[in-house]
Amino acid sequence: MGLFSMTKMVFRSVSRKPATLMYPVRPAKSAAAFRGRILIEPLKCIACRKCEKSCPTQAITVDVKVRTWQIDRLRCIICNCCVEDCPTNCLSTENIYTNPMTVREGIEIYTVPPKPERKKETVDNSKTEE
Amino acid sequence: MSKQVVIPFGPQHPVLPEPLHLDLVLEDEKVVDAIPTIGYVHRGLEKLVEKREYPQYVYIAERICGICSFIHGMTYCQGIEGIMNLEIPKRADYLRTIWSEYSRMHSHLLWLGLFADAMGFESLFMNAWRLREHILDDLEATTGGRVIQGSCKVGGVRRDISSEKLDEMASGLDSMQGELHDLVNVFLRDSSVRHRLKGTGILSKDDAYLQGAVGPTIRASGHSYDTRKIGYAAYGDLSFEPVVASAGDSYARCEVRAKEMFTSIDIVKQAVKKIPDGPIDMKVTGAPDGEYFARSEQPRGEVIHYIKGNGTKFLARHRVRTPTLANITPLVTILKGCELADVPIIVLSIDPCIGCAER
Ligand code: SF4
Ligand code: SF4
Repeated sequence: MGLFSMTKMVFRSVSRKPATLMYPVRPAKSAAAFRGRILIEPLKCIACRKCEKSCPTQAITVDVKVRTWQIDRLRCIICNCCVEDCPTNCLSTENIYTNPMTVREGIEIYTVPPKPERKKETVDNSKTEE
Repeated sequence: MSKQVVIPFGPQHPVLPEPLHLDLVLEDEKVVDAIPTIGYVHRGLEKLVEKREYPQYVYIAERICGICSFIHGMTYCQGIEGIMNLEIPKRADYLRTIWSEYSRMHSHLLWLGLFADAMGFESLFMNAWRLREHILDDLEATTGGRVIQGSCKVGGVRRDISSEKLDEMASGLDSMQGELHDLVNVFLRDSSVRHRLKGTGILSKDDAYLQGAVGPTIRASGHSYDTRKIGYAAYGDLSFEPVVASAGDSYARCEVRAKEMFTSIDIVKQAVKKIPDGPIDMKVTGAPDGEYFARSEQPRGEVIHYIKGNGTKFLARHRVRTPTLANITPLVTILKGCELADVPIIVLSIDPCIGCAER
């Protein structure tokens, strides 16, 4: 046994396809449930800031006045908390990674629709103050 | 007495996956003393507990270690649940157990690979990591993360596994067992491996106990000490025996880890059979007020999370005693009297994880 314990393994490996994939010629495998990056459908967002509050790394910044939703891809740890807490289901997780980058960037800003008008504009302004 | 020289070993060294520094005092080729230094990768994670709400801190607790991440997150959650007297649903307990054992298998396969690499046995290293890939794939498909799972939360777990997937996982492990046997066979039977490991770095039974070794390091010295036996999560319902070896040398530590993977497979299969239906989490309200010591068995040994809450969303104190820290003292003992050429093997045989020892 002592000297030839590897033999079985070696023969099995010889008759088998390589265990590695030739990335990037062949795409990397990833499971459907894999958390790769966060996607937003800006049109559905109501800028309620729930995601900003639930984010453990403070990667999301929602500007209620200017109506933007911003994510810092390098801060995000893809924990899925924002997706679970979003009341309008406008966030989702995709199973591919953010593209690699060579300089520190990764801040993405999305414009979200303005707040639906209610009665008078003056009321609106005071509410967006927060 | 011949002249003594001091040789620095680490923090950057080909066998070391992580930065540990040892000052080796040599007489000729013999190590007479070793002075360890850590502190190269301190990140101050425990302090962050004052800045993040306690449910969010789970993600930081998980990042204490890149290999035993799931169990760190789980132990932290157990601590909070202990303070707040929460009884989490049984299904969540079982899922935690299953993922813990998957983490153990992936950690042990990683270590076996690194150990083979340290011995210079490259193809064995590749084979160990190829098997590890199956384990990681299952973790990815069930939790959404390969190494940092993020599937544990205070009050339960965040994802359920369907019963079909559970059966598939159990049968996947079954079919992996044959290959795993062949792999373990090489580690335990191959004459060159045995020649390299037998008798190097002997930790006696008494030393192991007195110096507070934990995990496979103490079990390889003949103590049947396994924190899983206190019955946290679902371990109380499952039957298993800790793997024990008596020689206390590097070979015994390798043997314990290799055989533990089969225990893990057995535990997962039992858990898949017994897992009850029901909810996977519960609503947690309020904030923890009080203190708690949560203990669990990491792949490297017993980990302790001390948590102190003050009734607010931010904890007052969080302190972790990781297995590697406990194993450094016995490491220094076994290094005394060994040959310089054996130092890399011996250091790796305690499975050092400096990242989590320093946090
Ligand atoms: S993404 Fe969702 S949670 Fe975040 S601000 Fe928009 S609606 Fe609210
Ligand atoms: S996935 Fe997590 S870290 Fe990333 S933006 Fe959402 S809450 Fe923040």
